[in-house]
Amino acid sequence: MLNALWQGKTLPVLAVCAVLAVFWYAGSVWLNADMQRDAFANAGKADFTMAELIDGTWSQERPKLPTPGQILVELNKTILDTAPTSKRSLVYHGSVTVSATLLGFLIGSVLGMGLAVLVVHVKSLDRSLMPWVVASQTIPIIALAPMIVVIMNQFDITGLVPKAVIAAYLSFFPVTVGMVKGLRSPDPLQLDLMRTYSADRLQIFLKLRVPASMPFLFASLKVAVAASLVGTVVAELTKSEDGGFGARLLAGSYYGQTIQIWSALFAAAACAWVLVTLVGIADRLVTRAMGARP
Amino acid sequence: MVRSESASPVIETSDLSLTFETGDGPVHALSNISLTINKGEFVSLIGPSGCGKTTLMRVIADLEQPTEGSVSVNGMSPHDARLKRAYGYVFQAPALYPWRTIGKNIALPLEIMGYSKEERAERVCKGLELVNLTGFEKKFPWQLSGGMQQRASIARALSFDPDLLLMDEPFGALDEIVRDKLNEQLLRLWEKTQKTVVFVTHSIPEAVFLSTKIVVMSPRPGKIHDVIECHFPRDRTLDIRETPEFLDVANRVRQGLREGHSYVD
Repeated sequence: MLNALWQGKTLPVLAVCAVLAVFWYAGSVWLNADMQRDAFANAGKADFTMAELIDGTWSQERPKLPTPGQILVELNKTILDTAPTSKRSLVYHGSVTVSATLLGFLIGSVLGMGLAVLVVHVKSLDRSLMPWVVASQTIPIIALAPMIVVIMNQFDITGLVPKAVIAAYLSFFPVTVGMVKGLRSPDPLQLDLMRTYSADRLQIFLKLRVPASMPFLFASLKVAVAASLVGTVVAELTKSEDGGFGARLLAGSYYGQTIQIWSALFAAAACAWVLVTLVGIADRLVTRAMGARP
Repeated sequence: MVRSESASPVIETSDLSLTFETGDGPVHALSNISLTINKGEFVSLIGPSGCGKTTLMRVIADLEQPTEGSVSVNGMSPHDARLKRAYGYVFQAPALYPWRTIGKNIALPLEIMGYSKEERAERVCKGLELVNLTGFEKKFPWQLSGGMQQRASIARALSFDPDLLLMDEPFGALDEIVRDKLNEQLLRLWEKTQKTVVFVTHSIPEAVFLSTKIVVMSPRPGKIHDVIECHFPRDRTLDIRETPEFLDVANRVRQGLREGHSYVD
């Protein structure tokens, strides 16, 4: 048991967490001390001990840097103690974000794979389309998101879809790049073999290119699903009326609710971690079925 | 037991030349190759690296296009012969698809050629038996040794029963012991199936042991230096390599290789 802890990832991760926590609590003291002194002064409390000061910096209502403990309390309150249907529940906001993320991921992946297939098989598209695919990612999504929302609103497309489109805008790119590389990964020998059987393009595609591209595809999908969540959160900053982590971040920053911002951030990170892990599990299942060494 | 040569040519080339245009100027890979390979023959192409033996094989397989001269396979152009699936090709490396089991790898050409599921299963079974891999059907390539992988690739090339087998240094990457064993197995296979085999190698004993005809090639430009007929009994074993007749032929091949290799490297 101890040995497993030592050999595995658990102990190193916990060690890093502990170090981070120490720095974090120290940072909270450092950043919040001024405000705490002011608060003591306003309360007419002239002499206070160091312990009182530190304790105060760790329990402010709107600290510049809340402590991990405060964030955990807020997470506990908004996840477990609030009904999931309430607009104050992070579960509610999480479900809004995750559903747009998943739809965006789906659109982005299908689009990304489709583009990759075209780019690999049509030479002129390789030269004409690929530069645009790359250029699309040089535009900051934060600038593009409001315009997508406004334009789609003109066509009465509202709700989940505009956010998913913005998520897809970010997530199709890694899929296209990875899939193009994957579809081109068969070596000349593997291609020559197909030629000796006089296989047609479709057969080469299905029996050689697609299976060869799987490891590349899954690596890309992991990046894409995380990018999709980022895209959704950015979209929610523009389109905050439906809720979601982005709306939560926005509301938090309006009212200086730093604890709320940080807890939304942590919840979003946790969602991304779960999504990436799920893609990782799918990856492992597929590669195992395809005979990869365990 | 001398093999009777029924004079029906499977492969005919005349004045075949192939020049690769490269950045450093033209490279004459093949020059004036005229060669006839008859049905049922086992022909080895032997020569140092760069003599064009693999290129010649690739021209026959329609994987390269000749710049001059003509070549026919079964009386057709190599292109038509390839479309008719006239040959099975065994590469230097096994080139098994790593995501397919051994059985599925052997079935790959059958899937592409549209054989029914039952026939595929039957032929895979037969193929595995032919190369002594029965019981390995469900294994993935990485679970097999290099020699077993190459045997699987031979079974794959034979699965659709082509009359012509093109083998490009199939045992080049294997150690001597495995290679000897596979040479004997290949000879039995050839005897059993009556196929025409073209075999690229740069091992003299391998060429002499296996072949009915040895084509000695020399490099720069790649051309045929000598063609040596050799007719050992078809049921020969590796012991034959100690006999004076065997050594005679081997000497002639060695002589040919030396003459062709007269340039200074």
